[in-house]
Amino acid sequence: MIKPIYGLIAEFENPTGLVNAARAAREQGYRKLDAYSPFPIEELNDALHLHHNKLPLIVLLGGIVGGTLGYILQYYVTVLYFPINIAGRPLHSWPSYVVITFEMTILFAALSAVLGLLALCGLPMPYHPVFNVPRFALASRNRFFLCIQARDPLFDRAKTSAFLETLEPREVSEVAP
Amino acid sequence: MADVQHDPHSRAARTVIAPGYTFGTVTDQIATVVLTKRTPLFWFAGISVGITLLMMFLLAVGVLFVKGVGIWGLRTPVMWGFAITNFVWWIGIGHAGTLISAILLLLNQTWRNSINRFAEAMTLFAVACAGMFPILHLGRPWLAYWLFPYPNTMGVEPNFRSPLVWDVFAVSTYATVSAMFWFVGLIPDLATLRDRTHSRFARFAYGILALGWRGSAKHWSVYETASLLLAGLATPLVLSVHTVVSFDFTIAIVPGWHTTFLPPYFVAGAIYSGFAMVLALAIPLRSVYGLQGLITDRHLENSAKVMLATGLIVAYAYILEAFSAWYGGNVYEAAVLRHRLTGPYALSYYSLVACNILAPQLLWFKKLRSNPVTLFCSSIVVLIGMWLERYVIIVSSLAQDFVPSSWSIFQATRWDWMTYVGTIGLFLFLFFLFIRLLPMISIFEVRTLLPQAKVEEEVEG
Repeated sequence: MIKPIYGLIAEFENPTGLVNAARAAREQGYRKLDAYSPFPIEELNDALHLHHNKLPLIVLLGGIVGGTLGYILQYYVTVLYFPINIAGRPLHSWPSYVVITFEMTILFAALSAVLGLLALCGLPMPYHPVFNVPRFALASRNRFFLCIQARDPLFDRAKTSAFLETLEPREVSEVAP
Repeated sequence: MADVQHDPHSRAARTVIAPGYTFGTVTDQIATVVLTKRTPLFWFAGISVGITLLMMFLLAVGVLFVKGVGIWGLRTPVMWGFAITNFVWWIGIGHAGTLISAILLLLNQTWRNSINRFAEAMTLFAVACAGMFPILHLGRPWLAYWLFPYPNTMGVEPNFRSPLVWDVFAVSTYATVSAMFWFVGLIPDLATLRDRTHSRFARFAYGILALGWRGSAKHWSVYETASLLLAGLATPLVLSVHTVVSFDFTIAIVPGWHTTFLPPYFVAGAIYSGFAMVLALAIPLRSVYGLQGLITDRHLENSAKVMLATGLIVAYAYILEAFSAWYGGNVYEAAVLRHRLTGPYALSYYSLVACNILAPQLLWFKKLRSNPVTLFCSSIVVLIGMWLERYVIIVSSLAQDFVPSSWSIFQATRWDWMTYVGTIGLFLFLFFLFIRLLPMISIFEVRTLLPQAKVEEEVEG
């Protein structure tokens, strides 16, 4: 019996090789694929069709929640919980609420940006199959990897491996699950 | 070389990063500083100074806890004295880090990539030092949590109409957001350290901190969005923080404080002193660790230019301050001006004018601007000048206010000095720990500066 694998990974020397390979794999019809690089490559987003993410929406909602909470907190304390009448000045003194409302907006928006980033990336994730490839440690230094996962409907160990070899990689290896 | 100079793209690249680097050498050079077993003597010397001063700080704080704030020179009417001066000075220094990491990112200034990491670390540690002072100044610092609104049995809450409470929110938000922004920037580099180290413990520690980062394109895409959003949030935040700090003064009616131009003046002064601190740190670091190829002369020159520009804004503010005191016709404001020019704090005032306005004019000369030694000296002069500026604003305005019978001259005690110099020790201690344990230059952002990082597009056929 053949041991199941997570997928096949091809190693490239430079970003151009990776982007071309990602594009070719996408054209071949592969969809369950991911690229790994030591720095962000804008062209990869086009090649892998990674354009929309929900982070801006999450941050917007975080900001709105933070600002609203900040304002309600101040309104509650100065108008309802601890009203002080100073020479008949209005209790609902909104100009003095501006600063804290602003700060709370920023705080909540930034918190949701960081937590949203982690949530959308599925981090922290201490174990991932690609770490089983010994040379993958170079993905954080100077090498570029393209991985086609075994769960892709088009995946076939021999054919996919042959296809990856046509992309002129440095090496193609199997990824243990 | 002649060809390179004619090509505008590679000319920009050449000055931001020295030629000849590859992804591998950039990674190794920055990571080696952290991963090497051989620690340079400079580091031991630096952290020894830091620890010594930190011990002095702990002593001063210990005595303060036992005896109370009376050991400082705080006497009516100067109840803010050194503590608030140091608070404003430190928090201002922090601002350059956020400016470099956030505002210059939004403005697409790629030269920031190799200085933003340690500038942000500087921000964090400066804010930590700044935060010490208002808390120690409380008198009962163990009750500092009373500053925050929380459900309590005392039946009272903070007064949200007070700028001091605004300041609590502004500074704590600033510290939190700066820490998060810094950590998010570190994640890919922590993954690099995890993959490069040979020590099991370091691999475990960096591995936990890296959260399992693997450089996936899907992650990078979200990561880039997150960086831009955080930069967009940090930009108004950093401008707001020193504005709110200046509200502590402007909203009071003390002559010399109660003016509308203080917020922009404070923000410019903050960036001014912050860039001075960036230079004071970058110049020794790059020569000790041989990082001249990454922190190039162009970085120093750009920072010097920012310093000169913000210094001119500060100079304009001084002129405006004097002009409005004279032209405004308010006798108390005029008296403050007269006291500053001829009173007991005149020496501090003239020193700050010399340090902040006159000395930086030398930076107009390219020769002086591109010499690291003169640049280092001028940044130290600016740091001293900016401290004097806060001292003069706070102390001289309080010492001689409306009623001459309440006037009193502030005398700093040795505990004042020990606490102030002690926080410099805290800063140095944290900073030297940082350069030993974490990459002081953002590795992945420097990789993007390399010409090899460009994807060569095929001609569409």
